[in-house]
Amino acid sequence: MSDVVEKTLTALPSLLSLDSQPGAAKLSSTSKLGNLIRGITELTSKHEEEKLIHRELASIKEQVSSPNTSMRQMKELMVRAIYCESLGYEASFSYIHAIKLAQQGTGLEKRVGYLAVSLFLNENHELLLLLVNTVLKDLQSTNLIEVCMALTVVSQMFPKDMIPAILPLVEEKLNHPKEIIRRKAVLALYKFYLIAPNQVQHIHNKFRKALCDKDPGVMTASLHIYLQMIQENAEGYKDLTASFVSILKQVVGGKLPIDFNYHSVPAPWLQIQLIRILSLLGKNDQRTSEIMYEVLDESLRRAEMNHNITYAILYECVKCIYTIHPKSDLLEKAAKCIGNFVLSPKINLKYLGLKALTYVIQQDPKLALQHQMTIIECLDHPDLIIKRETLELLFRITNTQNVVVIVEKMLEFLRMSTDDYTTIDLVGKVAELAEKYPSDCVCFSYKNYTYAPDNEWFIETMNTVFSLSGDTMQPDIPNSFLKLLSEGFESVEEDRKLRLFAVDSYVTLLKGETGKLPQFFLQVISWVLGEYSHLSEELKPATVLELLQKLLDRKQTSSETKSWALMAMTKLCEGRAGVSVAQQVSETYISSMDTVLRQRAQELQHLSQDSELRARVLPRDADLEPLEVDSSLSFLDGFVSEALAAGAAPYKPPHQRQEELSQAKVLSLEPYGLSLPISMSSCSIADRQSPTLLSMSSGLSGDSTDLSHKGGSTTLKFEGVKRVWGKEGYLAQKESVEEAVQVEAPSPLRSTSQQAEVVGSHSQTPTLTPTPEPEQEKQQLASSLFFGISSQSSVCLMGKSGPTPQRFRRKAKGQSSSSGATEQMSNSVVFTSTTVDNLLCNNPPDSTITSEVDVSSSKHTSELPQGLTAANGTCDIEAELTDSDLKGSSPPLSGDNGLENADPDPHENLDKPQGVCLSSHLPAELSGLCRSEITPLCTLQNLDLSACHVHREDTIVLVVFITNSSDSAVQHIRLDLDSELLEVSCVSESPAKDVRSVAVYLYSLTVRRPAVHVELAGTVSYQVPVGTPQTAQFSYKLPLTAFIRPLTVSTEEYGTMWLAFSHDTKQNLTLINDGQEPLVATLNVLRKKLQLHVVEVIGVEGILACKLLQDQPCLMHFRVHEGALAVWLRSPVPDLPDCLIYHCQRALQEH
Amino acid sequence: MMQFMLLFSRQGKLRLQKWYVPLSDKEKKKITRELVQTVLARKPKMCSFLEWRDLKVVYKRYASLYFCCAVENQDNELITLEIIHRYVELLDKYFGSVCELDIIFNFEKAYFILDEFLLGGEAQETSKKNVLKAIEQADLLQENVDFQTRLFAGVMVPGLASESSGLFQN
Repeated sequence: MSDVVEKTLTALPSLLSLDSQPGAAKLSSTSKLGNLIRGITELTSKHEEEKLIHRELASIKEQVSSPNTSMRQMKELMVRAIYCESLGYEASFSYIHAIKLAQQGTGLEKRVGYLAVSLFLNENHELLLLLVNTVLKDLQSTNLIEVCMALTVVSQMFPKDMIPAILPLVEEKLNHPKEIIRRKAVLALYKFYLIAPNQVQHIHNKFRKALCDKDPGVMTASLHIYLQMIQENAEGYKDLTASFVSILKQVVGGKLPIDFNYHSVPAPWLQIQLIRILSLLGKNDQRTSEIMYEVLDESLRRAEMNHNITYAILYECVKCIYTIHPKSDLLEKAAKCIGNFVLSPKINLKYLGLKALTYVIQQDPKLALQHQMTIIECLDHPDLIIKRETLELLFRITNTQNVVVIVEKMLEFLRMSTDDYTTIDLVGKVAELAEKYPSDCVCFSYKNYTYAPDNEWFIETMNTVFSLSGDTMQPDIPNSFLKLLSEGFESVEEDRKLRLFAVDSYVTLLKGETGKLPQFFLQVISWVLGEYSHLSEELKPATVLELLQKLLDRKQTSSETKSWALMAMTKLCEGRAGVSVAQQVSETYISSMDTVLRQRAQELQHLSQDSELRARVLPRDADLEPLEVDSSLSFLDGFVSEALAAGAAPYKPPHQRQEELSQAKVLSLEPYGLSLPISMSSCSIADRQSPTLLSMSSGLSGDSTDLSHKGGSTTLKFEGVKRVWGKEGYLAQKESVEEAVQVEAPSPLRSTSQQAEVVGSHSQTPTLTPTPEPEQEKQQLASSLFFGISSQSSVCLMGKSGPTPQRFRRKAKGQSSSSGATEQMSNSVVFTSTTVDNLLCNNPPDSTITSEVDVSSSKHTSELPQGLTAANGTCDIEAELTDSDLKGSSPPLSGDNGLENADPDPHENLDKPQGVCLSSHLPAELSGLCRSEITPLCTLQNLDLSACHVHREDTIVLVVFITNSSDSAVQHIRLDLDSELLEVSCVSESPAKDVRSVAVYLYSLTVRRPAVHVELAGTVSYQVPVGTPQTAQFSYKLPLTAFIRPLTVSTEEYGTMWLAFSHDTKQNLTLINDGQEPLVATLNVLRKKLQLHVVEVIGVEGILACKLLQDQPCLMHFRVHEGALAVWLRSPVPDLPDCLIYHCQRALQEH
Repeated sequence: MMQFMLLFSRQGKLRLQKWYVPLSDKEKKKITRELVQTVLARKPKMCSFLEWRDLKVVYKRYASLYFCCAVENQDNELITLEIIHRYVELLDKYFGSVCELDIIFNFEKAYFILDEFLLGGEAQETSKKNVLKAIEQADLLQENVDFQTRLFAGVMVPGLASESSGLFQN
């Protein structure tokens, strides 16, 4: 390849004596540029060069401004100015002259002028405005070369605002008879499209004309525009798929003029461009993908020649095949291709093979097993780029069993890495892995053997990460580390050990050489010591204080770190020794120039003297009580809406931005239903408290829709692919096919096969050579790296059954305690359907129906014929129920309660008749409304408490009935209701002071904080005439759905709201397939059961809206995708989307 | 889309630079310095691709000269290598056995050839013949301005228009 320029000189100074060289021969020996260049090469020092150039620039400056300089001379001067600029010296005085030269010169002078302009200025330069007129003139020139020059410069840079001035002229050129002009015009329009897409909106049909151009060059140029447009909106161009396919077919079939061949491959650039377009069109679209299978197959088949350019096409094909809707035989071929790449001795191909493997491995981990040994080799490759890519690959296949080894390899790389970019990226990944897995040690420790990640491992890994990262780390890593440490995992004892271990290791670190530790790390250390050093019994606060003091005294410690250290000291200054150290330190810093330090020193001084105050301000284990933080930042609402009104762009949360970014990539780097939610930042996951114990795994990843789609392909089998590596490593092979592969493979693979032959009973065992030691090491490494990626556990890797998807098993807190169905309190009450109850009200208690209700299990309730509900509606409350949505709301109640009913309620039998009677005590205004069944709360000596909740349009009313079963009057009844999650306000109490029969209490409820179920705790106290006061406690539980009402908004309103909401959740739901259109059917079920408002259904997408009483909206976006329903919920209220998702799941499950 | 192309010598001297994205001079200098350093530090048998910042860098050495392109993440590395190769072929054809000196002393010609081959960061014309024709006829301009219009018609891709029929017709 390099023979092309083989005889190039290596040393420039020798050029003077080499007049026979072709390059030198072309020089005009007298040219000033030639002299300048020669002069420069003869110089020995930078200083001399500077002097020479400055002299040169001065002379150029003088000449360009002289009126006597001809255009020809000007051209010469410009070339010299370009040369000086390229050496790094500024020649800005010449810019204006370059424009002048482009304007006034002819022929080559003009050309040099344009070139100088394109090299000197970038498209934001203000002088470029002066070029507009020249361009305009040249575009209209009859001289084709001038037109070409103008179009060339326009395609490289043009002021955005001036596009309209020349657009008509450029458009006109699309019809020019010369193809070179048409081609350049298309590229100019492409440039316009990139910098100002709306300016060229109206000429989209002309792009189509360019695509149909008879000249292949023009057609190729138009593909740039199409690629861009399809990247932005693939839906809009699906109709062109067949055309692109037919072009590709013709290209592959060699129908283009031979001129377009490159090393006898027909128009490879065109092919690659087309394949890229096809992969965008076929992504997530089975129908479109089907159109292109044949041509992709053809391309794969044709690109068999052994040349770089065919590899380029193959690589693009493989990417495309794995991007579009999967087809098994194509995938098989693509996998084979990847194999060839990975095994190739050519390093570039190996690199690309690894890259492809990294991508594919998420769909088919078995592919990694096949290439185990190659991967291991690449891990020790001398080229860091290969090594880096291998780590990336391993990062994708990490699981609990190999995480320790993989992290170790990554840290090894980090130790050598000098590039900041790589370091930051890798540090983030290691931290992610380390934080992801320690929580698993609890559940894995019993069945895991050697590589169980544990607390020590976690702390040590993080220590290494912190010390290696330097000060380049993203700040969220230490933050989430501290968060993890303070919030802890499931077991208190484990937490204590973890913290203790951290403290111990930090003390050791501080005792050693601290000079090299990054500031971030020192801050983390300070905080941990301040917070947790009391856990260690041997460790005296004085020792820690001393260490911190040492840290403070060090010169290299930044003032930010110092303030962390001071804060830690404030927490620790106990006892006499502590106080004296504190005093000493605070005196030093109280006069510091840094106000923060001064502040901290003040605090330290005061708090060290007043231990009582200190205990109040800095209580130990304060982290258990979370601070009240308005995470929705609602106090900024006014500001935000003002800014929006003033035209500011709406805020996009990071994951949305990331998603948009990742959508722009052809090769999606999102994991496909694997164990790793790679692209999510750790914070966003940590912040989300999952209200359900249901799998949130799909919700974790950035783009769950994509996942579900690709998830389908994971089940594809590669029949032709033999399993070479099993759970324990290499499997002895007997098939000759396999042997052939091994023979072709590089030697290490071969030797492993030999080793396997020794183990296995292979007939051909040639020599019983003992495996060399390095080989053994490699195999050991292989078995530890690829542990758990065997066929069985690959299922678990897919995120279906594995315990890994849940990232952090944090302690159950707040609402989650009331979420699980298993956590019901003994006294709490569950409901059965209102429908049933209402039915009983109206019909005399019929034995058959009652018995049916009695045995009602979750299934049973939901199986109640729809007609029954309807009948109930008509016979009972039709008159009052004007809102049809409300009518439909009874099923969700029954649905939800069906679930709760799973454990049989002994009261049910008894209470039915009572319910009938009690319902008559309902206040008149509530009697016709939808309500839950009346359920007993508690029974006392002579009082029975029951309750139900009634759905009103604007509120939920809790009705508590107190029934006096005795003859004597009951006095001083007090009913107190309280709930963490609910706002309870009393609507009316029963007027009677003493109750003889039934007293009714009404409360209106509003949700303070959403949870899947909300619970009320209550106390009742009363007095009977003779006797002591009695009290009893009870609880009452309602599903969140009771508080959900439809929210009527228009699509436009929905749009604006959507952008403004910050809390969201995504999940895939199952579609209901009962004959009708699945989306409509599913949405109908949800609408009825959850009381949602269907805003609009467009094609495969539907948008719904609802509100949580009173006015807390939640928006839902549904999209049918590969047989599943991708749901995206957004709301300004934290946790509301999560809770609603739960109820959506329930509703569909019970349907 | 290609972001920029740099040509530099083994000694780290920049010979040609073409930027397809607007950057300030300061950024350009910083990028150039970093990249030249990184690429020169690599050994001959190493991979031609680098992941550098958020870009992919593709480089290849021809004799004493390094050709180095930065492309976007979704671009095809191998085809970028071939773009470099095609450019070298074009230079070679134009200068007749090109060497570094040709590029040093006739850098403006090298730029002209590049502009006919790549435009705005995308391959403009992949037919070698067509690129060379375009360059040749523009060069004729200089030698005989008076006849250029007449010559142009004849020189421009003779006969090709009639031979190549449109692939995509509806």
